[in-house]
Amino acid sequence: MATFKDFRNKVKPNWCPGCGDFSVLAAMQRAFANVGLEPHDVAIVSGIGCSGRISGYVNAYGFHGVHGRALPIAQGLKLANRDLTVIAAGGDGDGFAIGMAHTIHAIRRNVDITYIVMDNQVYGLTKGQTSPRSEVGFKTKSTPYGSIESAIHPMEMALTVGAGFVAQSVSSDLKQLTRVIEEGIKHKGFSLINVYSPCVTYNKINTYDWFKENLVNLDQVENYDPSDRQLAMQTLMENHGLVTGVIYQNKEQQSYESKIKGFKEEPLAKQDIMISREQFDKLVAEFA
Amino acid sequence: MVKQLSWKVGGQQGEGIDSAGEILSSALNRKGYYLYGYRHFSSRIKGGHSNTKIRISINPIRSISDELDILVAFDQETIDLNAHELIQDGVILADAKFNPTVPEGVNARLLVVPFTKIAEEIGMAQMKNMVAVGASTALLGIDADSFKEVIEERFARKGQKVVDRNMEAITRGAEYVRSEVGNSFTQFRLESSDGKKRLYMIGNDAVALGAIAAGARLMAAYPITPSSEIMEYLIKKLPEFGGTVVQTEDEIAAITMTIGANYGGVRALTASAGPGLSLMTEAIGLAGMTETPAVIINTQRGGPSTGLPTKQEQSDLLAMLYSTHGEIPKIVIAPSTAEECFYDTIQAFNLAEEYQCPVIVLTDLALALGKQTVEPLDYDRIQIRRGKLVGWDEELPKLENSELFPRYEFTEDGISRRVLPGKKNGLHHVTGVEHDQTGRPSENPVNRKKMMEKRLSKLKNGIDFDTPVYLDAAHEDADLLIVGFCSTRGTIHEAKERLEAEGLKVNHAHIRQLLPFPSDIMLEQMKKAKKVLVVENNATGQLTNLIKMNIGMAEKLVHFGKYDGNPFLPSEIYKQCKELLVHGHI
Repeated sequence: MATFKDFRNKVKPNWCPGCGDFSVLAAMQRAFANVGLEPHDVAIVSGIGCSGRISGYVNAYGFHGVHGRALPIAQGLKLANRDLTVIAAGGDGDGFAIGMAHTIHAIRRNVDITYIVMDNQVYGLTKGQTSPRSEVGFKTKSTPYGSIESAIHPMEMALTVGAGFVAQSVSSDLKQLTRVIEEGIKHKGFSLINVYSPCVTYNKINTYDWFKENLVNLDQVENYDPSDRQLAMQTLMENHGLVTGVIYQNKEQQSYESKIKGFKEEPLAKQDIMISREQFDKLVAEFA
Repeated sequence: MVKQLSWKVGGQQGEGIDSAGEILSSALNRKGYYLYGYRHFSSRIKGGHSNTKIRISINPIRSISDELDILVAFDQETIDLNAHELIQDGVILADAKFNPTVPEGVNARLLVVPFTKIAEEIGMAQMKNMVAVGASTALLGIDADSFKEVIEERFARKGQKVVDRNMEAITRGAEYVRSEVGNSFTQFRLESSDGKKRLYMIGNDAVALGAIAAGARLMAAYPITPSSEIMEYLIKKLPEFGGTVVQTEDEIAAITMTIGANYGGVRALTASAGPGLSLMTEAIGLAGMTETPAVIINTQRGGPSTGLPTKQEQSDLLAMLYSTHGEIPKIVIAPSTAEECFYDTIQAFNLAEEYQCPVIVLTDLALALGKQTVEPLDYDRIQIRRGKLVGWDEELPKLENSELFPRYEFTEDGISRRVLPGKKNGLHHVTGVEHDQTGRPSENPVNRKKMMEKRLSKLKNGIDFDTPVYLDAAHEDADLLIVGFCSTRGTIHEAKERLEAEGLKVNHAHIRQLLPFPSDIMLEQMKKAKKVLVVENNATGQLTNLIKMNIGMAEKLVHFGKYDGNPFLPSEIYKQCKELLVHGHI
C-alpha cells in the first residue's frame, strides 16, 4: 500500500516560502494515501498560475493545461477512464474568473471528480493584481484605488447551482484539509473544495493570522448538519462565507457517468473500439 | 425523356419544404438515381423563404445545376425569387390557394394544383407537401408506389392511418397533374436508372458515421450551424457503443474536454464552425504542445464574426492552418465528397494518434449539409492504427526512485511512446509549458531547441494520408489546371467536362491534404499547365496564396473567388475558365 511519501516527487516547488499551497500539496498526498490509492491511479489536472504548478509536484499522472480550463480537461479524462481518481486544481483566478463558466457547468454536470481551488484572493504569478475573490477596497497593482467590484462567494454560488459536495478549508489546518479532500474524493459526483491558501507576497490582508481570527470551523459547531442545504446557505451568509469543513453534501445525488445511457463500468479507454461488420451494416442501412 | 433534371420546392420555413425534398429524393435514390440536394435556409425556425433544390440524374453528380426544370411553390414569393432559374418551358407547380402568377419575362408553364385543398380533403392541410411530391412524380414519370416504402418507414410510428393518408396525398397529387397534362407529356420524364442500391447522406452524416467506425466513443461539442447534425447523430448512436456526447457550455470546454478524453485514451472529437474554431484556437496549441491527439471537425460557413451562418463559404482555410500562437505540428485534411467525409474522418483519428497531434477535418456548408448519393461504404477499408500507443497489457519496467516515464523521449521520427494515465510504471507529466523528455517544465535553451525540432519533425517527411490531392489530370500539356478544395469538386468537374467537350485541355486538382501541403504533387501539376485557376469561396484568395507560398509560379496563378453566400454554379466556373483562356486574365 502506498504511503503519502510515494506521492512525493523530486521536483522542488517554485512557490514562495510560506505559500499556502505547500499545505494543499501535503494534504493531497496524505489524502491519496489515506483513501488507499496508488500513484498511477491518480491524475491531477491543473490550470495556470502559481497553484497550477501543483500537478507537477505530485508523484502521480499530471496534466498542466491552459488557463481556466482544468475542469473540462479533467471531465474529459474522467469520462475516458472512470477507473482514475481525477483531481482538478487551480487558483481562484483560474476557477472563478477565466474558468467560471466551466466551474458552474461542471457542478451542474456532476462528473465524479474533485476540484480543489487554492484561493489566495489575488493574482500571484502575474505579480499582484486583483482577483474575483478580492474584497471591495482591496488595493493591488490593477486596483490602486481599491477594488470596486464585489467579490464572488464560491460556496454560495455552488449551492445555488446544485452542487452535491461543497467544502472549504484553510492551509493552516492540515488535518481538516486532508480529511476534506478525502471526503471529496470519496463523494460520488463533483466535489468543490475551496481552500484559503494565503499568498504571503501579494496579499497582506487575508493572512494566516487574519484567517485564524475570522474563520468558523464547522467541525466545532454543535449539531451542524451538512446534509441540510438551507442550513448550509444560512450558515454561509451569516459568516460571510468564512467557514471551514464540509458545508454541504448530498449523498443521494447520482454522478453524470451513472446517468449516461449505455455507459459501462469498464472505462471507455479500455474497450475494444473496432466496430463489427453487423453493427456497421446496421448503421449504414439507415442511409439507404 | 431526360438524363437529368433539377427540381426545387419552396415556401415559408416550417411548411414541410425539407420533408417534401427528403421524401422525393429518398424514393428516387432507392430506385437507383443519383441525387444532389441543397437547402437554402435562414437563421430562423418558422417563416422566411426557404427552398430545397434537388438534382436528379442517371449518372453520378456532385453539384447543383445552373438551371431549374420544375419549381414547386407554396407561395408567390417562391415564384418571384426562383422562377428566373427556370429553363424555357420549365414548369411551375403552384398551390391554387394563393392565386399564383408568373412574373414578367419568365417563360414557364404554370400548373396550378390545389395542394392545400386536396390535403384538406384527405384530412390534414399540412400534407400539402405530399400532394406536391405526388404532383411532381407525374411529371417525372415515377409511379406513386415507389414511395410506399419511404412513407411507411417515415410515418410508421404515427400509425397506419397517417401512412395511408400520406400515400393518398401523393396519389391524388399525381392524378391531378396527369389529368391536366395528359399521359403524353414526357418533357421531364426520367430515363431509367441502373437500379443499384446506394446511400444518400449529407457530409455531416458521413463524418459522424466515420467517427463511429474509427472507434471514437466520446464527443464534446456546442451546437452551431452547420455542424450540429454531427453531434445529434452521435448522441443517438454512441450509447449503442458504450460512448456518449457531452453538450458543453462553450467551444472552449468542447475542445479541452476532447483533449482531456484523448489524453485519457479514448478516441474523442469535437465539431464546430468558424466562430467555435476561433474559440478553440488556444487549446489546439495545447494539443500540439502536449502531443495529445485530437480530432476537430470544422464545417466552414460564411464569416467573419457571425457572418452568414447558414451560407456557403471557404474562408477559414488559413486560420485553420496558422491560427494557433506559437508553432505546432498540425494536420489539416479536406474531404470533397460525402464518401470522403466518411473515410477521411477514419483517417483523421489514425493520423491524430500516429503523429500525436491535432487533426482538423475541414469541410464546408455545401458539403456538410448538401445531401448526395454515395456509393456503398466499404467495411473492409476501416482500419484502426494507434501509432506508438503503449497497450494496457504491455508491461513497463519499474520506475525507480520516483523517476518518470520518458513520454517525450527524443526519437528518430520525433514520435515518442505514449502511455495512458492509469498505467502502472508509466508516470509522467504533461504540460503546455516547454518541458523535458519526462514532461517536466524546462527553460533550458538546448532542450527547448531539441523539443521544438522533435515536435515539428513528426510531419516533416509527409504523412500517411491516402490521397493528398484528388487528380483528374490526363493532359501532359494542359491549357488550364483548375484547383479547388472541399465541396467544389463536382462543380469544377462539370465545368471541366464542358470545356473539354469544346476541345480544350483541362486538368483538375482538388487538394485534400492542406497541411502538410502536398508541394511535390502540386508542383508537378502546375508545371503541366499554362494557366492555373484557383476556385474558392472566399474573397482574399486564401488557397491561391497558400499555393503561391508553397510553390511560387505566381504568374500562372489566377484566383476566382465567390463570397456572396452561395456555392459556385458549373456555368460560373466554365465562363471564368473561358475568359482566362481567351483573354489571359479574368
